[in-house]
Amino acid sequence: MTDMTPERLSTWTIRRRMLAEFWFYFRQNRGAVAGLAVFVLLVLTAVFAPLLAPHDPILQYRDALLVPPAWTAEGSAEYLLGTDAVGRDILSRLIFGARYSLFIGIVVVSIALVGGILIGLLAGFFGAWVDAVLMRVMDVILAFPSLLLALVLVAVLGPGLTNAMIAIAIVYQPHFARLTRAAVMAEKNREYVTAAQVAGAGRMRLMFKTILPNCLAPLIVQATLSFSSAVLDSAALGFLGMGAQPPAPEWGTMLAEAREFILRAWWVVTLPGLAILVSVLAINLMGDGLRDALDPKLKRS
Amino acid sequence: MLRFLLAKLLYLVPTFIGITIVAFGFVRVLPGDPVLLMAGERGISPERHAELSAQLGYDRPFLVQYLDFLGRLFHGDLGTSLVTKKPVLGEFLALFPATVELAVCAILIATLVGVPVGVIAAIKRGSLFDQISMTGALVGFSMPIFWWGLLLIIFFSGTLGWTPVSGRISLLYYFDNVTGFMLIDSLLSGQEGAFASAVSHLILPSVVLATIPLAVIARQTRSAMLEVMGEDYVRTARAKGLTQRRVVSVHALRNAMIPVITTIGLQVGVLMAGAILTETIFSWPGIGKWMIDSISRRDYPVVQSGLLMIAAIVMIVNLIVDLTYGLINPRIRHK
Repeated sequence: MTDMTPERLSTWTIRRRMLAEFWFYFRQNRGAVAGLAVFVLLVLTAVFAPLLAPHDPILQYRDALLVPPAWTAEGSAEYLLGTDAVGRDILSRLIFGARYSLFIGIVVVSIALVGGILIGLLAGFFGAWVDAVLMRVMDVILAFPSLLLALVLVAVLGPGLTNAMIAIAIVYQPHFARLTRAAVMAEKNREYVTAAQVAGAGRMRLMFKTILPNCLAPLIVQATLSFSSAVLDSAALGFLGMGAQPPAPEWGTMLAEAREFILRAWWVVTLPGLAILVSVLAINLMGDGLRDALDPKLKRS
Repeated sequence: MLRFLLAKLLYLVPTFIGITIVAFGFVRVLPGDPVLLMAGERGISPERHAELSAQLGYDRPFLVQYLDFLGRLFHGDLGTSLVTKKPVLGEFLALFPATVELAVCAILIATLVGVPVGVIAAIKRGSLFDQISMTGALVGFSMPIFWWGLLLIIFFSGTLGWTPVSGRISLLYYFDNVTGFMLIDSLLSGQEGAFASAVSHLILPSVVLATIPLAVIARQTRSAMLEVMGEDYVRTARAKGLTQRRVVSVHALRNAMIPVITTIGLQVGVLMAGAILTETIFSWPGIGKWMIDSISRRDYPVVQSGLLMIAAIVMIVNLIVDLTYGLINPRIRHK
């Protein structure tokens, strides 16, 4: 051993430098930064919903049914974005709806991510029949159109928000499993893994501490994409009456209730959909930026 | 090529068996007793209940029921609807053309618009056209299509009064169902205005269904073109003094199309999911609406067989895409 050891960096310094490098690349994508800004705004709206919302989202003002937004001739400053067919304030419902969308996204992605990583690690690490069985099961799930399978699963479990989230998570899981498996297969024969093995690392340590951290980049990108799909699919389930149930101010459910008024009251239909579109777009923009910043192989095109 | 085909087919067998298990198994765990459901509000005596259960085979062991289900499946028997009491296969075949008509129009719109947009955006990379079309593609990709459909109805049916709100053709026309495709049947009938009516009913639903595939195809074409344009053979073609048009259409486009064709094929699953929403919004009498209605009526045999048929169709189309890919790209075939 010589004492000419290179400069030793603390873990914390390394993390900070990695983060700085990530931000350097992420920042170059203007769309991604805009997406991030909208997303942060969305999170703040969700967190501070009770403070921001001018009215109770499920309180029905029976003397103010289908009031148009404030800027129209018949509008009222009391209800900035108007009211729905039973007199609930649309702005307040949209603000509280942000909570549903973010919550759904977080829960779905967490379940799908954890499940998918476990399955992918097992399949990739053990190979042979474990791999064959697990991957065929994933193939079966992927053979069904995701929304249809989620719908049938919800029909089995009973309509409602929790079941909708579980169903969507099950449907998304194979994507994470396949990504993890592919990454594990690519990494497991590299020198650093053999070195860890020779040094006496057990299977658990090899799987979770040695290999997994090196497979994270594609998983993070997929997680962002799944987050936006989860917001879209749960809204679709809500729209079909299989997701969050009325009077919950969930954006898809709001659209379902508004359907019969489409030719009479444009605002009850337009605004919840716009909220869904803007959130999903922001998350997708962010996902594009993350992909560029995290994965140099998938260079910007 | 034959070995390639056989290997692909063999690979699908376990997946298909898995699909039948899922389609069959979910009915067993659904809440509610199918026999009670069929009896309706009048109720049913315990004796009659047992008799019907036996008749439908619900009292036998799970595995026996499953094998029986598979056996009937291979004889083309997909069960009978609890609501209409008609064979499921017949209902499926009667409604399927409506969905195919919608999906084919949607994929045509998506391809005919998406590919040229992607090519032009790639050639004029960084131009205003590139920026606008790619922003549009990202918006399309993020679109909640059930809302998009409602917006189009508000504007084109409500404000402008150009298109009808629902259905496949105006009630004014009646003609024989020859092919099941309204566009063709209305032409065959020779009735004045029938074809125009069919088109005006079809246009909004197909645009809605085409939105997400269009966005995906445009983005994919652009990035495939950009990749190919940087290849040596394109530079060589340029160096030979070929015109831009020839370089793009003969040398670049042909190679860029390989991944794009796969992308188009993979949109079939997206289309089936989209059809559920689109058909619901436009009351389009196809497979998607049939599935939604059956799920809410708990018409188990229909949901079970519908799920199976749709998954099988998606699987077969993906197989065809795989094979086409092998045909146009010999490198895959010989692996």
